[in-house]
Amino acid sequence: MGIRFILMVNKQGQTRLAQYYEWLTLEERRALEGEIVRKCLARNEQQCSFVEHRNYKIVYRRYASLFFLVGVDNDENELAILEFIHLLVETMDRHFGNVCELDIMFHLEKAHFMLEEMVMNGCIVETSKANILTPEMVMNGCIVETSNANILTPVQLLEKTS
Amino acid sequence: MGSQGGFYQSKEFLDLVKSIGEARSKAEEDRIVLNEIETLKRRISEPDIPKRKMKEYIIRLVYIEMLGHDASFGYIHAVKMTHDDSLLVKRTGYLAVTLFLNEDHDLIILIVNTIQKDLKSDNYLVVCAALNAVCKLINEETIPAVLPQVMELLAHPKEAVRKKAIMALHRFYQKSPSSVSHLVSNFRKRLCDNDPGVMGATLCPLFELIARDVNSYKDLVISFVSILKQVAERRLSKAYDYHQMPAPFIQIKLLKILALLGSGDKQASENMYTVVGDIFRKCDSSSNIGNAVLYECICCVSSIYPNPKLLESAADVISRFLKSDSHNLKYMGIDALGRLIKISPEIAEQHQLAVIDCLEDPDDTLKRKTFELLYKMTKSINVEVIVDRMIDYMISISDNHYKTEIASRCVELAEQFAPSNQWFIQTMNRVFEHAGDLVNIKVAHNLMRLIAEGFGEDDDNADSKLRSSAVESYLRILGEPKLPSVFLQVICWVLGEYGTADRMFSASDITGKLCDVAEAYSNDETVKAYATTALMKIYAFEIAARRKVDMLPECQSLMEELLASHSTDLQQRAYELQAVIGLDAHAVECIMPSDASCEDIEVDRDLSFLNDYIQEAIEKGAQPYIPESERSGMLNISNFRNQDHHEASSHGLRFEAYELPKPALQSRIPQALIASTEIVPVPEPMYPRESYQTTMPSIPSDAGSAELKLRLEGVQKKWGRPTYTPATSTSNSTSQKTVNGTSQGDGASTVSSMRETYDSRKLQVEVSHEKQKLAASLFGGSSKTEKRPATGHKAAKASSHMVENSHVLKSSMEVASDKATPAQQPPDLLDLGEATATSTALQLDPFKQLEGLLDTTEVASAVNGAPAASISPDIMALYADTAAGIRNKNDPDLLSGLSNPSVTNMPGTTAMPQVTQSSSKGPNPKDSLEKDALVRQMGVNPSSQNPNLFKDLLG
Repeated sequence: MGIRFILMVNKQGQTRLAQYYEWLTLEERRALEGEIVRKCLARNEQQCSFVEHRNYKIVYRRYASLFFLVGVDNDENELAILEFIHLLVETMDRHFGNVCELDIMFHLEKAHFMLEEMVMNGCIVETSKANILTPEMVMNGCIVETSNANILTPVQLLEKTS
Repeated sequence: MGSQGGFYQSKEFLDLVKSIGEARSKAEEDRIVLNEIETLKRRISEPDIPKRKMKEYIIRLVYIEMLGHDASFGYIHAVKMTHDDSLLVKRTGYLAVTLFLNEDHDLIILIVNTIQKDLKSDNYLVVCAALNAVCKLINEETIPAVLPQVMELLAHPKEAVRKKAIMALHRFYQKSPSSVSHLVSNFRKRLCDNDPGVMGATLCPLFELIARDVNSYKDLVISFVSILKQVAERRLSKAYDYHQMPAPFIQIKLLKILALLGSGDKQASENMYTVVGDIFRKCDSSSNIGNAVLYECICCVSSIYPNPKLLESAADVISRFLKSDSHNLKYMGIDALGRLIKISPEIAEQHQLAVIDCLEDPDDTLKRKTFELLYKMTKSINVEVIVDRMIDYMISISDNHYKTEIASRCVELAEQFAPSNQWFIQTMNRVFEHAGDLVNIKVAHNLMRLIAEGFGEDDDNADSKLRSSAVESYLRILGEPKLPSVFLQVICWVLGEYGTADRMFSASDITGKLCDVAEAYSNDETVKAYATTALMKIYAFEIAARRKVDMLPECQSLMEELLASHSTDLQQRAYELQAVIGLDAHAVECIMPSDASCEDIEVDRDLSFLNDYIQEAIEKGAQPYIPESERSGMLNISNFRNQDHHEASSHGLRFEAYELPKPALQSRIPQALIASTEIVPVPEPMYPRESYQTTMPSIPSDAGSAELKLRLEGVQKKWGRPTYTPATSTSNSTSQKTVNGTSQGDGASTVSSMRETYDSRKLQVEVSHEKQKLAASLFGGSSKTEKRPATGHKAAKASSHMVENSHVLKSSMEVASDKATPAQQPPDLLDLGEATATSTALQLDPFKQLEGLLDTTEVASAVNGAPAASISPDIMALYADTAAGIRNKNDPDLLSGLSNPSVTNMPGTTAMPQVTQSSSKGPNPKDSLEKDALVRQMGVNPSSQNPNLFKDLLG
């Protein structure tokens, strides 16, 4: 299945976003988050960005005050997941502009929408930033939908003007 | 709604987020959330709430659940929101239900109808939102309700819909493969989709399908190879590029698939060699993502039919990983090494020092990965040092999950490769002492059996020596406080069986100890039972030897206590003990023959000795016996019971005690324990499910239990010759260690030449000697399968050590030059831009570094300039930002934290940020300044408590 969960946690250990790709009860989530956050936050910058926890492997990466933690199966390519996190941050950065913790807090649903585009059933399904952000921009009215339900992606818009 | 993601939220919502953001402790956060729950409970059920307000309430519910509190009171409102006409509101509703509900929740039934409707919508984004929900909320029973529509959507004109439809089908396959088994051909079809996104997504279900049934997909090898080739040749849209790598995530998925398809298939593998070789060559080894792809290539190469050239490339990459300063790369290197040594074991040798560095690294993750590698390369020649290290590590950690794993690995290795029984017993003692409650009870039974059976040769003297040493060590260990139950059972059994066998210890010594055990662990009935039976054996042997038996007073009181025990098992043992003591020597000899635990117990299952008696009875007119199952009237019950019985035997509970008539000898093997064996939580699939009694006597002929036995053939010869002496030995012994007897001269010269080279760095010599020694004992024979390596080979190896050493010297210079410019290495290993640029420079030529920084700057700026230049014609850059744009924007932030020399390091890029800074704001024409101002306006003051909230993530 690949990715089992994605967490964003600040350095005080407070959850800022949580998306699970397998069902856990509220108590299980709380316990799991507590354990892994404690584990990851205790590590220093020289150490690996990977931590084994029970039958998960946690790949984590820190951006300013925010930790991104991704729980994966044991046979996942850790380095690729690490870069997936960066892709996520780059995508959010493109959308929010200089994305910060507060952006995610104020626009929790948008951060979720982006994740919905990128990951389904625990698999990475989309890695093109343009494709990930298109629905978001349509919903915000940035891009006008044409009558035949075909929308122009930003790229296409630019191609027409240039 | 404020357009462009502005702050359309209410003051209330902003305040909530603000207070959560500024909460100092979990308790404070909890207080805020509990307060919020009260507010929402009141508000959310008010009539006529405007849509936008409701959406906000729902997001507040999401917050409540995310922070660990129950928001079930509002679920129904989220469900209602999925009916809304507005896309944004609807999607928020779907998001909330997917976060709140699992697929078996009662409310799902209310959503299925909405999903069905939305799947037919004209707006493709509504369809997408519904498909997202399908992936999370549809269970096996509701699949048929949406399946036809999902199938139709596979041909939707929008690629986003096709992609999500494929993933929905994937989900159905995961949930219930049989429900979509007739539709799997659709995955093949979508692989040829025009849109690379759909194709990329289709790889996920295909990977799972292929993992389950490789042979049905061999025909796709050519397709996958050609797709991978096109991706690697940058035929996909630039939108899929990530840090100048063409669609790396798709490449990785394809390589995973090829690894499955090529495994053990020469023909299929041959098709892959070219493309994998190309990727090895093309991959940018200076970026994380490039290394991720390279790692996947190694995984692929080590899985498919071996190709020498590719293996060579893989080995090169591994050695680069292991030599890297980045812990992440080292970790990947160790993992990759573990994969590759299965095919070419000889490569481990050149990395021995790197591996030992990782083993001794304080980073736990790296350490564990290294233990995994060692586990894979354990042989009889290095088992002692590896298991020794593993146990040391096992003792040092407190994580029970991993402790269990490593304990069972130690046991497995010890059983497979033990050089001597003595060592095996000692090792087991250590494992039991420190992780006894975590290992499988079978391991304990094995140990008992080993002590009972001895070496498996007809050398009684050696056997009894082994037993004496076991008894002695156990008497010593009993002094330790709080021993694990399993270990105590072993100890009691061995003491009972062999405690007085060599007359070293008197019966009262042993019985005294056993009584102490029973008293100290009075809550553990199993241990008490073992102790009681052991007492009985000791007394029986005494009686049989015509010695006078004085029962110790504590033993007397123990027996009296047990006679009244609540446990019938303990009671029975106590009564048996009482009875045995009262018998005469001759009778006791028959009941409890000395040292007979290995004798076969013959069980007359048919009770044929009763035949005459039955015959007689029948002749006298008695009813013949009708088996229970054939008795009419009882049919149902008996069927039921049979079934019951069958199930029981296929599950874990053991009922052997009822199947076998209890022979007289049985009491020597504590019966009650068998029932309790499965309580031990460790799953140990490698042990065949057999009861202790049945395995014991039939060992020599039992093929099923062969793997349980120590593999001692061929290892015996090694006993006299130590391949490893625990760490205490001085560095002088190194020469002997590396040489191992045969070519002493060679080894000595190696060491002395080593000393010369290291003359100036005494300290380093010491360290390196220690490592050398460890390396020698770990890797000494890793590449050889024969037991005694040839002398020539040995010499060659010694010289290779020398080479390795001069290497170390060189690389230490590298390290030194590296340290001269620490500012260039950003604290975060993962960051891009400069870090990678300088490391390429390092790899180009370590000595160039010493010639001055100028070279580095040139390289750095060249590397930096290239992406910017190549991307500038890209229209994306005009629109908003690019990957390079972000990175460039990144650089000054990164560098500002570092010292000045690093800034001068990159003259090319310092100018660019200013240009990109303003244009890299994404689609929102909003600045961070503006954002800050707006936030302040709303009353969230960054200077107040948590300024971190405003820190740019990428800054």
